[in-house]
Amino acid sequence: MAEQIDYSSLKKGGFMRQKQKGFFSLRLAVVGGNLTAENIKTIAEVAEKYGHGYVHMTSRQGVEIPFINFNDIEEVRAKLLEGGVKPGVCGPRVRTVTACQGSAICPSGCIDSYELAKEFDERYFGRELPHKFKFGVTGCMNNCLKSEENDLGVKGGYIIDYKADKCISCGVCIKACREGALSLDDNGKVVLDTSKCNNCGRCVKSCPADSWDYEPGYIVSFGGLFGNQIYKGEQIVPIIKDKETLFRVADAAIDFFDKHANAGERFRKTLQRVGEEEFRKEIQAAYEGK
Amino acid sequence: MADIAFDESVDITDKVCPLTFVKAKVTLDELDDGQILAIRMNDGEPVQNVPRSIKDEGHQILKLDDNGDGTYTLYVKKVGD
Repeated sequence: MAEQIDYSSLKKGGFMRQKQKGFFSLRLAVVGGNLTAENIKTIAEVAEKYGHGYVHMTSRQGVEIPFINFNDIEEVRAKLLEGGVKPGVCGPRVRTVTACQGSAICPSGCIDSYELAKEFDERYFGRELPHKFKFGVTGCMNNCLKSEENDLGVKGGYIIDYKADKCISCGVCIKACREGALSLDDNGKVVLDTSKCNNCGRCVKSCPADSWDYEPGYIVSFGGLFGNQIYKGEQIVPIIKDKETLFRVADAAIDFFDKHANAGERFRKTLQRVGEEEFRKEIQAAYEGK
Repeated sequence: MADIAFDESVDITDKVCPLTFVKAKVTLDELDDGQILAIRMNDGEPVQNVPRSIKDEGHQILKLDDNGDGTYTLYVKKVGD
């Protein structure tokens, strides 16, 4: 039996081969770390009936049900689908899109991370590529979702504009800013050093007088790697103001990887081998809408 | 050095997060609507975060004064009972 198993096709369908012969740890599709109560009940039932009565929470917000017997695979798939649970993926393709709870829930959030994760998921999840490709979305500079660990990471920020007429000169924002970008002038008005501003939005959130106008934006990092080798994803273009541009830039990055990567080569390695100049040019062009 | 009259004061320099905010909040809870509380806090994490937490509770921040000794005093007007 074992020699007939098509491992790569099972891997594509989220079945991860275990040490124990004939058993698989079944990875489930999760977007942005959210599951419905119905999903969880179904997963629990499957884990009890077909697995060993437990699940494993993966490092990237996924859920796996270990000890699924090869012979039960079709039955398990059908049972999970009834509860709205789809299998995840492994192997050379776009993986689970991770996200924090973002501005919909978290007081610190600058962008709706979950909404964006769902959009990335719809656009890219499971797309076949030369190697794995990971997206992660974090709502603010606190970086709970570790944006720069991902092949493409997005971090929420605010693009700010000071409104002197509303300012009560309380001085709270000066101390809330961790970058030293703000100071008070002799008239008690705030002076913003834009070269130091990192778009964290703490001035906006701490201001008791609504004296900051702001626009949410997306800070994108490319080529993060956190496995056998570790690289921090790098920001190439300034904070992006709209989703249209964001998706254009993301399309350009993933297309570049698809076109240039060797099989089994992570994005960072492709960038190093091909040369980052070419990549920077393409991302810049996508950013500018060319 | 304060140019703001206040009704009550609390020193939270003996606490660390999240008890800084808790101590300030407990004191605020005991005030009447419209009364002003002066909160003395340490530089660093407390002064970065406590003002925002108090704002998020719905109270009105009036002023943050640098006491020049590594502490700050935040003046807050209580909003709501």
